[in-house]
Amino acid sequence: MNTLKPSKHNIKTYLPAGIILIAFSFLDVIMNSFFQIDLVGFFPGIISYFFPLIIGFIGLYLIRVEFSGVRNLDILNKNINSNNFNAVLTLLTLFVILKSISPLINWFFLEANFVGNSKEDCTGDGACWVFIKVWFRRLIYGMYPDPEQWRINTAFLLLFTLVGITFFAPAKIKKYFILFLIFVYPFIGIKLIGGGDFGLTYVETAAWGGLSLTFIISAFAIIFCFPIGVFLALGRRSNLPAIKYISIGFIELWRGVPLITVLFMASVMFPMFLPDGTFIDKLIRVLFAITMFEAAYMAEVVRGGLQALPKGQYEAARSLGMGYWRMNFLIILPQALKLVIPGIANTLLALVKDTPLIFVVGLMELAGMIRLAKTNPNWLGMAMEGYVFAGLVFWIICYAMSRYSQNLEKKLSTER
Amino acid sequence: MNFKNIRIQNKKIRNLIPQFITIAILLSTIIYFVTNAQINMDNRGIAFGFGFLKQEASFDITFSLIDYDGSYSYARAFLVGLLNTILVSVIGIFFATLLGVIIGVSRLSENYLIAKVAEWYVEIFRNIPLILQIFFWYFAALRALPLPNEAINFNDISFLTVKGFYVPKFIWTNFNIFLISIIGAIIAIYFFYKFSKKQREQFGKQLPTASISLLIFLTFPLISFLFFGVTLSFEYPVLKQLSPTIFTFEGGLNIIPELLALALSLSMYTATFIAENVRAGILGVNKGQKEAAASIGLNKNQILKLVVMPQALRIIIPPTTNQYLNLTKNSSLAAAIAYPDIVLVFAGTALMQTGRAIEIISITMLTYLTLSVSISIFMNWYNKKMAIKEK
Repeated sequence: MNTLKPSKHNIKTYLPAGIILIAFSFLDVIMNSFFQIDLVGFFPGIISYFFPLIIGFIGLYLIRVEFSGVRNLDILNKNINSNNFNAVLTLLTLFVILKSISPLINWFFLEANFVGNSKEDCTGDGACWVFIKVWFRRLIYGMYPDPEQWRINTAFLLLFTLVGITFFAPAKIKKYFILFLIFVYPFIGIKLIGGGDFGLTYVETAAWGGLSLTFIISAFAIIFCFPIGVFLALGRRSNLPAIKYISIGFIELWRGVPLITVLFMASVMFPMFLPDGTFIDKLIRVLFAITMFEAAYMAEVVRGGLQALPKGQYEAARSLGMGYWRMNFLIILPQALKLVIPGIANTLLALVKDTPLIFVVGLMELAGMIRLAKTNPNWLGMAMEGYVFAGLVFWIICYAMSRYSQNLEKKLSTER
Repeated sequence: MNFKNIRIQNKKIRNLIPQFITIAILLSTIIYFVTNAQINMDNRGIAFGFGFLKQEASFDITFSLIDYDGSYSYARAFLVGLLNTILVSVIGIFFATLLGVIIGVSRLSENYLIAKVAEWYVEIFRNIPLILQIFFWYFAALRALPLPNEAINFNDISFLTVKGFYVPKFIWTNFNIFLISIIGAIIAIYFFYKFSKKQREQFGKQLPTASISLLIFLTFPLISFLFFGVTLSFEYPVLKQLSPTIFTFEGGLNIIPELLALALSLSMYTATFIAENVRAGILGVNKGQKEAAASIGLNKNQILKLVVMPQALRIIIPPTTNQYLNLTKNSSLAAAIAYPDIVLVFAGTALMQTGRAIEIISITMLTYLTLSVSISIFMNWYNKKMAIKEK
């Protein structure tokens, strides 16, 4: 038996044989999924179904030569073919990917429709991207009136330019830009989009929507939840019992309930607590609710960083004669925040992912607009296209954010 | 804030001032809100109170684990919603754990392809908002399923259709006795474990614990079937024609598409987080531990069971419990696809009918809060118990 085992001595016969078998198994699967040709259809049903797996497995067994001396073969064996179990897993994974690629490509591109203006133009079996094309403006701007949409564009363009400048600005003036971004820009942006003054027509917040609303809410909530979270975290670690327990109660209250009930509260319960006749805009109530909710999570993340700092840092700061605020803002927080960048990034990611929930109060960002569009009588049956598009957009945003945070973590790491 | 100019020497008083200000602000806010609420409720002619819970609910719920129709009270409707929330959470937790462990282990696989596929699964499903995933499954994927007359047939036992997943219904007689036998088996296994541990520690005897406890777990229910009159039969779903074109299934148990979509998306989404926890836990066990275990002669299984797993679990369990909690809270998204959970039934329909916003929202939030706080307390207890006892 040992002589038949693949080894360095019989590699000259086994290697070509194995490669041929593997190549044939892949050829069979590819033919099957892309051209609907069954190469081994003459076998009875179940055998022809598992045929590629069986011969692929034999092929992989034949090329599994230990210390073969062929570099690439060794790397291949080590990574995907180290034992029988791994060989089967490798084959299964590759076959499943190959089998699913062809229907996916068909649905996304080959049988999809890109040109046209109505549902009737969608004749193929695949996706109807006409739907996205026709509704694109609505998906991005919501019900915002068409001629005024340049204002949203300008506001975001301004934001991106400012962020860009801040990013590349020399360190000395950087902090002024950051302060401007946090304290001045939000009001400029809101005035620009909301209008009412300076000859801009007023656009009520109910008309805001689509992807731009997702960005507006995320941006505001991120700006406000961060400082609130930091203060809550400091409060929770305070020596003063009243402040400590109020902070704990506040944090646990928000963390203990789902966001959807918080939004319900903001929309139906909160107006009951205001004097009769006062009306706070729906968007502001929602923003407040989301900010408070995420601030509680942020507080817990920051607290993790504060706890991880060695006690010596506090003592050193104290021994230099620093007071509570100077100690925290100059010594403790810069170090603690750096420790918890992944946690902060995760909280911000969760915030962006939570924005679609505002549909419960009747505001419609991207997912809400898709819901509206797919129930339009002219466009019934477009749910798949809509949600795939929305999912893709959100995925790109969130993936980019998580990648950026990973880079930031590496850049700021001061580990020696 | 600059306290430099105000010299307050007495430290006690200096500490009291900020606390006093905070409490005063908090109290005045609460008082302000409460008075407003009082005035508003007086204007609308409703009095604060929970008496409405006893009134007749007079709305139907599409899916209920206990007897319910419109003639029951609001309290009963609340219970139905709560049970539905718990049901979907338990299903979600089960599958999320299963999937999460598989994917977490796959991410550490020596097989490059498997590790990559698992990594991409995590990257894809973690970065798409859960609500979109729920919408996708409910409005797009499950809507593409066939009508009842062309149902996807699983051996004539269960049927997957656009109207839900029809599975056989279990019909028990003397279910209570069966339940008692299961509880008895668990108690017996517990005592057996104690006994075998004692044997091992005192006399060094190794008992085949796993197989004996499995035997106990099988025998007890079997005895209840054989001697105490417990029977189990199945009611299969049958296709029925209502009119020439309309078909439906009768009998059996219908798992409604809302539940399917919700359970599917909750478990696939949460699995990504659990997978990361599992991966971190296994990576967190020091390599030296495995080498030390191997050097004292433990075999591969023993290393995994006695050395790696106990340490990995210590890292895995706390964040995973957090994920379970998140899953339970996320199940409130059910309201978006009309799965009758506590938010939809109580904070939705019941609130719409009674208009008692404050009472109902508070009850709903308190329910979730109780759930979270009790799990946190349990977690703290567990962490203390499992913490490494250093000398």
